[in-house]
Amino acid sequence: MLNTGRNIIPVALMVIVLVLAAAGSAHAKVEGDTIVLGAAVSLTGKYSTNGKNTQDGYELAVKRIDEMGGIKVAGKAYKLKIIYYDDESTPAHGAQLAERLISQDKVKFMLGPYSSGLTKAIAPVTEKYKIPMVEGNGASLSLFNKGYKYLFATLSTTEYYLKEAVNLAALEAKKQGKKASQLKVALAFENDPFSQDVRAGVVEDAKRHGMKIVIDDKLPPELNDMAATLTKVKALKPDLFLVSGHAKGAALAVRQTSAMKIDVPMIATTHCDSAKIAETLGAAAEYFLCASQWDRSLNYKDKWFGTAEDYAQRFEKEFNYAPPYQAAESTAAVLVYVDALQRAGSFDTKKVRDAIAATDMQTFYGNIKFDVTGKNIAKPMVLYQIQKGEYKVVAPTQWASSTLIHPRPKWSER
Amino acid sequence: MDSIQLLFDAPILSVQLLLDGLLIGAIFALAAYGMALVWGVMNLINIAQGEFVMLGGYVAFFLAQAGVHPLFGVPLAAVVLFVLGWMLYRAVIFRVVDKDLFISLLATFGLSILLQQLANEVFGADVRTAESGFGTLFLFDGMVTVAWIKVVAFVAALLAGGLLMLFLKKSRLGRAIRATAQNARAARIMGIDTNRVYAATYSLNAAICGAAGALVAMTWIIHPYLGLPYTARAFMIVVVAGLGNIAAVFTAALGLGAAENFAGFIMGAEYQAGFVFALLVVILIVRNAWLHRKRRYLQ
Amino acid sequence: MSTPIMRTLFYASVVLLALAAPLLAPAFKTQMAFLWVMIVFALSWDILGGQMGYNSFGNILFFGVGMYACAIVQRDSGLDYFPALYVGMVTGAMVAVGFAAVLGSGMLGLRGHYFAIGTLGLGIAAGEFASGWDYIGAGSGLLTPLFPGEIGGRETFFYYLMFAIAAMTFPVLRWLYAGRFGLTINAIRDDEDKAEAMGIHTTLYKTAAWCTSAFFLGLTGAVVGNMIGFIDPRDVAFTGATYGVWMILMAILGGKGTLWGPVIGAVVFHVTQQLFWTYLLGWQRVALGLLIVIIVVFFPLGILGWARERWPERFGHKVQQDLKPVQGGK
Repeated sequence: MLNTGRNIIPVALMVIVLVLAAAGSAHAKVEGDTIVLGAAVSLTGKYSTNGKNTQDGYELAVKRIDEMGGIKVAGKAYKLKIIYYDDESTPAHGAQLAERLISQDKVKFMLGPYSSGLTKAIAPVTEKYKIPMVEGNGASLSLFNKGYKYLFATLSTTEYYLKEAVNLAALEAKKQGKKASQLKVALAFENDPFSQDVRAGVVEDAKRHGMKIVIDDKLPPELNDMAATLTKVKALKPDLFLVSGHAKGAALAVRQTSAMKIDVPMIATTHCDSAKIAETLGAAAEYFLCASQWDRSLNYKDKWFGTAEDYAQRFEKEFNYAPPYQAAESTAAVLVYVDALQRAGSFDTKKVRDAIAATDMQTFYGNIKFDVTGKNIAKPMVLYQIQKGEYKVVAPTQWASSTLIHPRPKWSER
Repeated sequence: MDSIQLLFDAPILSVQLLLDGLLIGAIFALAAYGMALVWGVMNLINIAQGEFVMLGGYVAFFLAQAGVHPLFGVPLAAVVLFVLGWMLYRAVIFRVVDKDLFISLLATFGLSILLQQLANEVFGADVRTAESGFGTLFLFDGMVTVAWIKVVAFVAALLAGGLLMLFLKKSRLGRAIRATAQNARAARIMGIDTNRVYAATYSLNAAICGAAGALVAMTWIIHPYLGLPYTARAFMIVVVAGLGNIAAVFTAALGLGAAENFAGFIMGAEYQAGFVFALLVVILIVRNAWLHRKRRYLQ
Repeated sequence: MSTPIMRTLFYASVVLLALAAPLLAPAFKTQMAFLWVMIVFALSWDILGGQMGYNSFGNILFFGVGMYACAIVQRDSGLDYFPALYVGMVTGAMVAVGFAAVLGSGMLGLRGHYFAIGTLGLGIAAGEFASGWDYIGAGSGLLTPLFPGEIGGRETFFYYLMFAIAAMTFPVLRWLYAGRFGLTINAIRDDEDKAEAMGIHTTLYKTAAWCTSAFFLGLTGAVVGNMIGFIDPRDVAFTGATYGVWMILMAILGGKGTLWGPVIGAVVFHVTQQLFWTYLLGWQRVALGLLIVIIVVFFPLGILGWARERWPERFGHKVQQDLKPVQGGK
C-alpha cells in the first residue's frame, strides 16, 4: 500500500536535487578583474601522474602571469583563474565535466585535459558550444581530421613521436651499407587512442622505408607483464623495437628487456621521462631512445619565463620536481590564451578563437603556430638517448647535444 | 596464426614461455593461499586481496629508497601488512564476517577502492620499481633467460606454502583455525576464541599478500591500480583448486601462469587479460555443469 | 490516506516535476539525465539482485553491448540522425536481450557468489575483447555522430529520452512484480530448490528476468553512448568498476527487493556523488570507497529497509504494541 509517508521521500529528494542544481550556477566567464578558464584534469586514476603535471603546468603559468601584472585586455589588466574538475582518467566523466564547466560554471575558455582519449571525449562538447579549447596533452592525429574549429594543440601530434626513431634506424642502416628495407621492426603499442595513433604514424613511416613489421602487439592498459611480447622479440630479432604505453609501458619495457637480456640494436619508447626510467632503473635504461615534446636544454626563449632552462628551474622551485614535457606544454597552452586575449582585445569567444588561430609566437616551449586543423606545426619533437644515466638529445640534428650510440651494445658485452 | 608457427619453428620458445609462466604463477599462488584461507575459515571473499599485494610492493619500494636491499622488504611487508590486516579486521571485517556473503564481498570491494585511492593520494600514481640487482640466469646457451629474482620468488612461494601447511597442522593457533573452519560454533563451544581466530586468519592473509607484493615490486612494476588482476586470479585459482588444499592451490596457480603466458603469446597481448576472465567464466560453467550431473551445484 | 486519488496525484506530481526540471535548472540537464540513467541502472539490477536473489556484478555487459550495437547502426546504416538513433536503440536493446538469453542458460546455473564472480568476469572479459576488436574501434574507441540542431537542444533531447526510458521501466517492473512473474522470481530467491520442486520452470524464469534487465540496460547504453559522444571500451562501455558497481550500491543503499528502494538509492547516490565531485577535488574516490564500506556495513538493508524496521506501521505492517492482555480463561 502506498501512503503519504513514503510519497514524501522521493518528492523531497527531487526538490533537493533541483535546489542544488539552481544554487550551483553563480560563476561567470569574467569575474571582476579575473578571467576564468576551465579544465578537467586527471587527478585520480591511471593518468593521475601526468594529470598532476598538467595541472602544475597550468598553475605555474597563472602564477607567473599574475606576477607580471596580469593580462591587458582592452586597456584593463586581468588576473587568471582556473576552475578544475577531476575526470578520474575516464572519458565518461570528461565529457560531463566539460559540459558542467561550460553550462554551469559559464567558462568561456577551456584548457585541455590529459591524454588523447579524454580530449577526444571533450572536443565534441567544446565544439558544440563554440568554446575555444587550447590543449597541450591530446596528441592523437585523429583529433585533427574531424574538422574541429575550436580545438588547438600546442604539442606535436602523434605521427611525430617515433618518426625520428624510424628515420634514425634507416639512416644507420645506410651507414652500415645495408638497405633500410632490410630492417625488421617490432611494435608493441598500448591499446588506447594515443598509442594506437602513434602506431599508425610509425606504420606509415616503416612502409615508406620499406621496412618489414615482424611483430605488432597491442598492450592492454592494465599492463603488468610484457614477457609474452618480449619472447617474440627475442625469437624474431628485430632491428628496431618500438614501444608506447604511457609510463607503465616504458618502465616495463626497460625492466624486462634487461631482465630477459634481449638484444635489439635500437629500442625507442614514449613517456620515459614521466616514467623516470633513467633515474630509477639505472643501467637497464642505458641506450634507450625516448620521444619527447620538449627539453630544458633546448634554446627557446620567451618574455614570460625566459629560456627553457629558466622555466625548468622556476618549476622545480615551485613544485619540487623537474618539469616533464607534459607540464611545459600545458604552461604553453595558457600562454597561447594570454597572447590571443591581448591581441583580440575582447572576451568574445569568436574573436578570441580567431586570435588563437592567428597565433604565431615564441615561447620557452618552442614556436607555436597552428595550421587550419588547429595543431601546432612550428615545433619539432626531440629524441633523447639515455647515456650514462642522463637524457641526451640525439635528434633532430640541429638540437642534438650528443651523438647517437648505435647499435646498443649487446648485454654480454656490457 | 604466425605465432603458433613460430612456436613450432623454435620449440625453445615454449620453454621460455613455460618457465616465465610458471614463475609468474608462483606469485599468484601466494595471493591465492591467503584467499583460500580466508574463504575457507571465515566464509569471506576478500576483494581487497590485490590491494594488499600493491601495498606490500610499496613497502619494498620505500625500503629500497632508504638504501636497504628490497629483499628485506619481503618479511617487512609481511609484518606491516599483518598489522594493517588486523586493524582492518577490527574496524570493518568483523562486522561483516557472519553476514551474507554478498555483503562482505561488497564491503571488501569498498575497502579495495579505498586502499587504492589512498595509495594514489599518498604515494602518487607513478610507476615504481625496486631493484634487486640479482641479474639473469641463462639456460640452454642463453636461449632461455630468466631473471634470478623470479626464481627467488618461486622459492619464496614454495617455502611460504610449506610453512603455512606446517603452521596449520602443528601450531596451536593453526589447529584453532582449522577447527573454526570445520565448525565455528563447535569451536566456540570448545573454548576457542573464534573472533581472534578470524582476526589472525585475515591478518595472516594480508601478510602473505604483502610478501607477494614485495616480490612483485622487484620483478615487475607497481602502481596503485594493479590490484584487481591479482584478486581475480587468486579467486580463479581457489575455485579450481578448492578451499582446503594448499598443494592444489600451488599447482593451479602455476597452471594459470603458464596458460596465461601462452595465451598472450599466441593471441596477442591485448587478449591476455580477456583470456583470463573468459577462462574464469568457462571454468565456473564447466565445473557447475559437471556437478549438475549429480544434481548438485557450486555452493 | 492511501487512496487511488492520492497515488495518481503523487505520480502526476513526480512526472510534472521531471518534465519541468530542464526548464527550472537548464544548466543541469546532463546531470539530471544521468540521474535517470542511474535510476534505470538500479531498477534493472534489482530485478535479479533484489527480487530474484541473483547478485550480478556483470550487468554492465548489456549496457556496453547496447551502446556498441547502437553506435554501429548509427555508423553503418546510412540513415539520418534520428531514424538511425531509434533503430540503433531498438537494435541495442535486442542484441543485449540476445546476449542475456544465450548466456543465461549457462550463467544462471551458477549460484550465490559463484554467480557474482562469474558475471564479474563476464563484464571484464567483454571490455577486454571489445578493446581488441578493430571493427568497433578497438582500444581507440568509437565516436558517435554529432547531434544536429541548436546548442542545448542535444541536452534537452537526451534528458527527455532518458526520462522516457526511466518512466517506462518503473511501471513495467511494477506490473511485472505484481503478477505471477514477480511471485515466481521471489520464490526462486527464497528457495530455488523448493520452487523447482513446485513445478516452476526456474531456468526459464531466471533467463526471462535477466533478459528484462538486459532490455532496459541495452536501451540505456544506446542513449548514454550518444550522450557521452565517445565510446571507450573499458572506460565508457564496459565500466565494471564504476557504473557496474554503482548500480548494485544504489539498489542496496535504497533497499533491495523493493520497488522504490532502487529509485531512492539512485537519487541519493547520484546527488552525493555530484557533491563529492565538486567539493572533494581529487579525494572523491576515497570518499566513495568509504561510503561503500559504510553503506554495506551499517545499512545492509538500505534506506527503505531501515525505515521499515524503524516505522513498520508506515509500511502497512500491523504493529500490536498495546495489545490488551487477554483476560482470564473461562
